[in-house]
Amino acid sequence: MTTRMFGEPIQRREDPRLVSGDGRYLDDLGQDALAAAFVRSPYAHARVTDVDVTDALDVDGLVAVYTYEDLDGRVAEPLPLLIPHPSLHAPRTGYPLANGIVRHVGEPVAMVVAVDRYVAEDVASLIRVTYEQLPVVVGIAAALRADAAVHEDVADNVAAHLVQEVGDARAAIDAAPHRLHLDLDIERSASTPLEGKGVYARWDPADRSLRVYSSTQTSTSVRFAVAAKLGIPVDRVEVVTPDVGGGFGVKIVHPWPEEVLVPWAAIRLGRPVKWTEDRREHFISSAHERAQTHAVDVGFDDDGRLHGLSVTFAHDNGAYTPYGIIAPIITSTQLLGPYKPGAYRVEFRSVYTNTVQVTPYRGAGRPQGVFVMERTMDAIARYLDLDRTVVRERNFIQPDEMPYDQGMIFQDGRPLIYDSGDYPAALDKLKKLIGWDDFAAYRDQARAEGRRVGIGIGCYVEGTGVGPYEGAHVRVETDGTVVVATGLTTQGQGHETVFAQVAAAVLGVPVEAVTVVTGDTRRFRYAVGTFASRAAVLSGNAVALAARKVRAKALRIAGEALEVDPRDLEVTDGVVHVRGTPQAQIALKTVAVLANPLRYAFDAEAARATQFAVGGSLDKPPVADDDEPGLEATDYYSPLRSTFADGMHAAIVETDPETAEITVLRYAVVHDCGRLINPRIVDGQIHGGVAQGVGGALYERLVYDDAGQLLNASFMDFLMPYASEVPVVEIDHLETPSPLNPLGVKGAGEAGVIPGAAVLASAIEDAEGIPITRMPISPSELWEARREGRR
Amino acid sequence: MKPPAFTYHRPASVADALAVLAETGPDGKVLAGGQSLVPVLNMRLAAPGHLVDINRLGELAHVTVDAGVVRVGALARHAAVERDAAAFAALPLLRQATGHVAHPAIRNRGTTVGSLVHADPAAELPAVLSLLSGSVTLASASGRRTVPAGEFFVGPLESALRPGELAVEALFPVPPKGSGTAWLEVSRRRGDFAVCGVGVLVTLSADRRVAAARAAYVSVGPTPLTVDLAEAVAGLPADTADWAAAGALAAARVRPEDDIHATAAYRRHLVAVLTARAGKAAVANA
Amino acid sequence: MHEVSVTVNGVLRSATVPARRLLSDFLRHDLGCTGTHVGCEHGVCGACTVLLDGEPVRSCLLFAVSVDGAQLTTVEGCRAPDGGLGPVQRAFHECHGLQCGYCTPGFITTVTAYLRDHPDPTEEQAREAIGGNLCRCTGYQNIVASVLRAAAIQRGEA
Repeated sequence: MTTRMFGEPIQRREDPRLVSGDGRYLDDLGQDALAAAFVRSPYAHARVTDVDVTDALDVDGLVAVYTYEDLDGRVAEPLPLLIPHPSLHAPRTGYPLANGIVRHVGEPVAMVVAVDRYVAEDVASLIRVTYEQLPVVVGIAAALRADAAVHEDVADNVAAHLVQEVGDARAAIDAAPHRLHLDLDIERSASTPLEGKGVYARWDPADRSLRVYSSTQTSTSVRFAVAAKLGIPVDRVEVVTPDVGGGFGVKIVHPWPEEVLVPWAAIRLGRPVKWTEDRREHFISSAHERAQTHAVDVGFDDDGRLHGLSVTFAHDNGAYTPYGIIAPIITSTQLLGPYKPGAYRVEFRSVYTNTVQVTPYRGAGRPQGVFVMERTMDAIARYLDLDRTVVRERNFIQPDEMPYDQGMIFQDGRPLIYDSGDYPAALDKLKKLIGWDDFAAYRDQARAEGRRVGIGIGCYVEGTGVGPYEGAHVRVETDGTVVVATGLTTQGQGHETVFAQVAAAVLGVPVEAVTVVTGDTRRFRYAVGTFASRAAVLSGNAVALAARKVRAKALRIAGEALEVDPRDLEVTDGVVHVRGTPQAQIALKTVAVLANPLRYAFDAEAARATQFAVGGSLDKPPVADDDEPGLEATDYYSPLRSTFADGMHAAIVETDPETAEITVLRYAVVHDCGRLINPRIVDGQIHGGVAQGVGGALYERLVYDDAGQLLNASFMDFLMPYASEVPVVEIDHLETPSPLNPLGVKGAGEAGVIPGAAVLASAIEDAEGIPITRMPISPSELWEARREGRR
Repeated sequence: MKPPAFTYHRPASVADALAVLAETGPDGKVLAGGQSLVPVLNMRLAAPGHLVDINRLGELAHVTVDAGVVRVGALARHAAVERDAAAFAALPLLRQATGHVAHPAIRNRGTTVGSLVHADPAAELPAVLSLLSGSVTLASASGRRTVPAGEFFVGPLESALRPGELAVEALFPVPPKGSGTAWLEVSRRRGDFAVCGVGVLVTLSADRRVAAARAAYVSVGPTPLTVDLAEAVAGLPADTADWAAAGALAAARVRPEDDIHATAAYRRHLVAVLTARAGKAAVANA
Repeated sequence: MHEVSVTVNGVLRSATVPARRLLSDFLRHDLGCTGTHVGCEHGVCGACTVLLDGEPVRSCLLFAVSVDGAQLTTVEGCRAPDGGLGPVQRAFHECHGLQCGYCTPGFITTVTAYLRDHPDPTEEQAREAIGGNLCRCTGYQNIVASVLRAAAIQRGEA
């Protein structure tokens, strides 16, 4: 492989259209479509006793109103449980439209289709729904108390209960020289992409085919789900993902009620229908994450080495569990980070509440797990009066212990075995980057000025690149352009650029010659989706493998044409040439012509490929038995196990002694995701992740009242950070290749967000000298904590 | 999030506007900048039958300084008030406070008078008007009346404006010579409504003693709250006055409540802290 | 219904719409200028920012009928005269100032107006200039860099 393109911080190929207003997002499509809007429950738990549409039917421009009673076939069944798990003993999913009971504010009750969204909302406001309110369960404590049940047949509100244990943790803790107990909580946040969800469907009655556009993280799976729900042959359904305005996890869930109902209505009405989620809908009817409460018992020795760790936690999964228990499983396993825990026991319950369902948000359970482990490390350091980095270092898995088996089962059902990593080296880099050893002097100086500052640290290991697989198709056209298609989707990660870099590097063509298509089932039908920092690992390697096949074929054909051994050939700038004899060459586009013998000459290139133009033996058919026409290939990459990226963050904060305002003065990141395909894009992913980490630590929290009303379902009150709240991020990289895949890459998408709460809690605790055990934390809460001496 | 239907009126003169407002009564709402009104409509929290668009009434776009009063017309955008050099020279507080109103794109369209009429207790301008003991001139088909700030802000999101009336002008009196002002606030994100905000106006005597001191607060009561700080600092040398005592005095007077962003106790604490800081800053500006 | 005529990026455009049509929807759905994006419809995110007679405003908080006759500039109008990328657009591309691109049009219009009035901002001023626009992808660091880079491009520093 040539490495000229691989590893270069080239500018993104997708930018010119996106900065010019030429992107095409869901709501930019289907200007002729009817608009859908939904009547959503204003109550957190209620029986729907009547839906009266009398007033609504008079509205000019109304096309249709649907309630549960109108649904038919599998559309009337509950939405699928996407990821079953043996420990998820009481899974529940909602219906596309409420079937008699609503279990959170925002649950869809009726669907309106009208000439435009304005009219659709007019109609929705005139539909009179009668509700009989039921007792409401909000918060983990209430769910576990189980005075009321979210689902009548799940009296204890427990959806799942899972225990994993390596060694005898309780015995190890009891026998350890020192023991600590900590209670640690994280509250609710959400992905909150700037573009909400959206679905646009067109039914072609003559062709009996359905085209669905969805702002999704998985078009291939939406296709299967829609076909199954609507009872249409899969072959007659295509799902296309246009430009997508961010995902961060929430758009991996599918099919959303609207992804079923919009195509269903489009078929019934014989007209295109579009639904564009608005901001309020996104807050109250998509998905949230993060709320968990944890109890930690840890036993350790005089050096701070862990002997045993026991964590019991509860996960608030909201009203339904369509995505299974992925987030708490990740917490329970990824909590271990770069450390050897001694004996480890983890137990969790996933509980129902009358709130929006919980599905993965970037980081997916890791921020909570890292918060728990890193708070524990800090508590041990404080207890033993040791430097916080020293305690961590003493518990690190060492590079020569890789691959390291944690002895547990990971979220993909496979062993939790770390593939590679050099944690001591990462810590060393981080300490230098942030100036860890100089901080004491800085603190003294600040103190003399009446300022209060603190430094914090957080380390994590992140399972990335989970299977089962991704594939890619690579084709060289007769004009020399290269078209790459992969099935997973893109929400801003720069796949058009990095996959082009991979293909260009393998094929020996300029990156400008490569175009990349993602998330379009017309172009590639088998895929899983974009989540879990897996795109570069899975599709990146699939592109490399497919491109290698194309290259091999190109060299074989070129070898025949040039009458040389293909092993003597190489490709540079799109030209195949004999190594050391540059004049003996043939352009890749000519090889593409030779690869596809034609009968008809529709243009000059084709004329060169017709039966009468191509040379070759008359003893063999134009396409050999073991060959196919075209300079193209498909291949798949399916990993044995996940790769494990790692990183360490440090932050310096200042807290106002009077107002308790918290300012992040510096934020440093050392990051190891294996080999970097495009450092510019990886850095960008980290910047954005850190911003979400800072948001999750200091600003963002979804607050429900006891009646189950979301009190801050707007950008006014859900405080996503502006530029004024986000620190400059200083980054250093380590590149420890993964031995598991051909490119040696690990994933980078989620890295930045993972230790945010842990790092900032550590820094605030350092500045304030009071234990910080709950995040996020606002100035008001910090001030209250000062009064109480703890948070 | 699309607004409900309404009948749109675009009067060509103030008289026409008043005529339409008289006709539509409680069902008529004035559209000026719309930066508070349109979000409310988009969320369908209100559904006025008629909107009377005053954006063509250029005669109401003035920002003038005369006879010790800064006059701000109903169509003067926040940005225009903020930029206006004469208004700044006469009354720096207007710029000091307006700079905290949301973000520039909002200030480019939102109007100062609109903010007053909206009467949000978390907004800056109602507190500024209260601090300066200003007033608002209200016009209707039957005449005009001028309502002092103390009577204008009736409750949360409720002003003294009656159906059929148009707020045509706000009057911000210029404080006497030797005065200084400061505006401070703590907000969650820059540009958000304040968790607590304070404006302080001090007037110093010729020998730099505190002759008068007043403060106005946002987000710590149902209406913009003013507190006379004289009890704590009057007569003291300005540079050594006990502004912490002034803060304590104010903290005892405010009526904050808990919400999702802050506790009442924290807001009360901020009143004390910010009053002390703003008092010193106002002295420095005097 | 009201006939509304506005000049969008130098071209006079008209459509007949109800009074309640938001300017953001008017641009996107009545005039087909879909470069302007809608992120919150309550004026907080800034994705829908356009220039109204040169000044940045939230198009989701304006009624089209209310700005009849105005001059509007959208992201599509921030191109170079030759149709290539304008200086701000180019800077965002060069500095990786965008990821998903959804908020980007609001940043491009905001920064275009800002640099017209402040051609040589400091880093702190650049950060302040974009302080009213939400981005969920970039963490703003490269957007701040883009503002500084755009200023340099406009000053002729290739």
